[in-house]
Amino acid sequence: MTVMQHIWIVLGVLFVFLNIAAGLIWVERRLLALWQDRLGPNRAGPLGLFIVLADTLKLFFKEDWIPPFADKWVFILAPAIVVASVLMGIAIIPFAPGIVVADLNVGLMFFLAMSSLGVYSIVLGGWASNNKYSLLGALRGASQMIAYEVFMGLSLMGVVMLSKSFNLTNIVAAQQHLWFVVTQPVGFVVFFIAGLAETHRLPFDIPEAESELIAGFHSEYSGMKFGMFFIGEYLGISLISAMTVTLFFGGWLGPAFLPPVVWFFLKTFFFIGVFILMRASLPRPRYDQLMAYGWKLLLPLVLLNLLVTGAIALWLKS
Amino acid sequence: MSLIFYISSFIAILSTIMVITRYQPIHALLYLVVSFLALSVTFLSLGAPFAAALQIIVYAGAIVVLFIFVVMMLNLGKQTAQQEKEWLQLRAWLGPSILSLVLLAEMAVLLLQDNPTGMPAAVVTPKQVSLSLYGEYVIAVELVGFLLMTGIVGAAHIGKHKKKNLHRFLQTYPNLN
Repeated sequence: MTVMQHIWIVLGVLFVFLNIAAGLIWVERRLLALWQDRLGPNRAGPLGLFIVLADTLKLFFKEDWIPPFADKWVFILAPAIVVASVLMGIAIIPFAPGIVVADLNVGLMFFLAMSSLGVYSIVLGGWASNNKYSLLGALRGASQMIAYEVFMGLSLMGVVMLSKSFNLTNIVAAQQHLWFVVTQPVGFVVFFIAGLAETHRLPFDIPEAESELIAGFHSEYSGMKFGMFFIGEYLGISLISAMTVTLFFGGWLGPAFLPPVVWFFLKTFFFIGVFILMRASLPRPRYDQLMAYGWKLLLPLVLLNLLVTGAIALWLKS
Repeated sequence: MSLIFYISSFIAILSTIMVITRYQPIHALLYLVVSFLALSVTFLSLGAPFAAALQIIVYAGAIVVLFIFVVMMLNLGKQTAQQEKEWLQLRAWLGPSILSLVLLAEMAVLLLQDNPTGMPAAVVTPKQVSLSLYGEYVIAVELVGFLLMTGIVGAAHIGKHKKKNLHRFLQTYPNLN
């Protein structure tokens, strides 16, 4: 692959994912409205699509205020971290044969590393705001994300065992005959739940819980700094959906009447829809329920899954 | 590759110095994260991508977050920064820095010798790492497992507390029945 081609791939992936993240503003509102039996934004432009434009313009023109009691530089740094870490994670996803930004041999580990760096945006944002609610949100965010990272990593090890590789292109190629969701159903469910917790989306949006913590870690943020948290969350949803598709639903693989990239994005949009359906249908658990659910149910389940997968792999080999 | 190695190790050293000289604990921890990231790039340039990824996942992603967690709970303000400022005087850091300068000089001499025990060119794949972990070093891995299990049991014991009924009607009096 020439350097020029590589640059085009990088720019293309950046363009597509930033636009998906912006477009999700409209998608989420319309889908939520649909499931809650109302119309949602339908006035600006065809089907209300220009709400994206209106929302972005509004964010750009709002006063970008840094509270005098905040720690200025950390306050500015925090929203940038979430977007940067998620975009780095997107770099390893293979969209079609040959279309991947970085084909690393430790791709899966790189994804886990980047998603574990994302926790800093919540923690630092909450701390730098110097506000009790933000601090509480940051504390909740830190413990929730550290806990769920453990299950996220462990739930993927079954996939690694079956495909014998950390490289995502090889993992997709190993699903040529059978998607891993069939052989690793427990891994898929735990990964998806951990993904919900990592992106702190409803029902696991405990760090920002509006009804108790006002907005948690980002209550002091305004303007485009808030916009970065906002876009970072949507990018996170897209990343987790794309990873779910790559790891468990055969990535770009599909019947030949559509090109591979189209299959990939169709599957990804299905999981983005599931993310939004979760928000529309489930209530938020209490903080201790979330922790107990993680450590007492998901951890033993995922360890058991690992054990059984290993045993079956050994049995098939002998 | 060796240029990348030198740049990232320089960043690691610089950020570690910044960790020591910051007065505000959170800023020091942020520099610690930068230092770990630089160390991870150093691993990568030496041909150990698996160790590089683990460095970020374990140290930058989990352990420093726990440090920050604790520091946030302590609610350290300007007072502590002032205290740190008082502690960090010339005579406090002069001794350690002279000692580490001696080490630096020794390392420079060793590196400049004709037969540097330098950098291996081979890339270590995740498979090789796991094979040696579960083959050659299996006893060490199991011992570490014991150690961690002890830690978990201890933490569970300290964290356990008896259920307390705050209402007087619900309290049980052991000497009454």
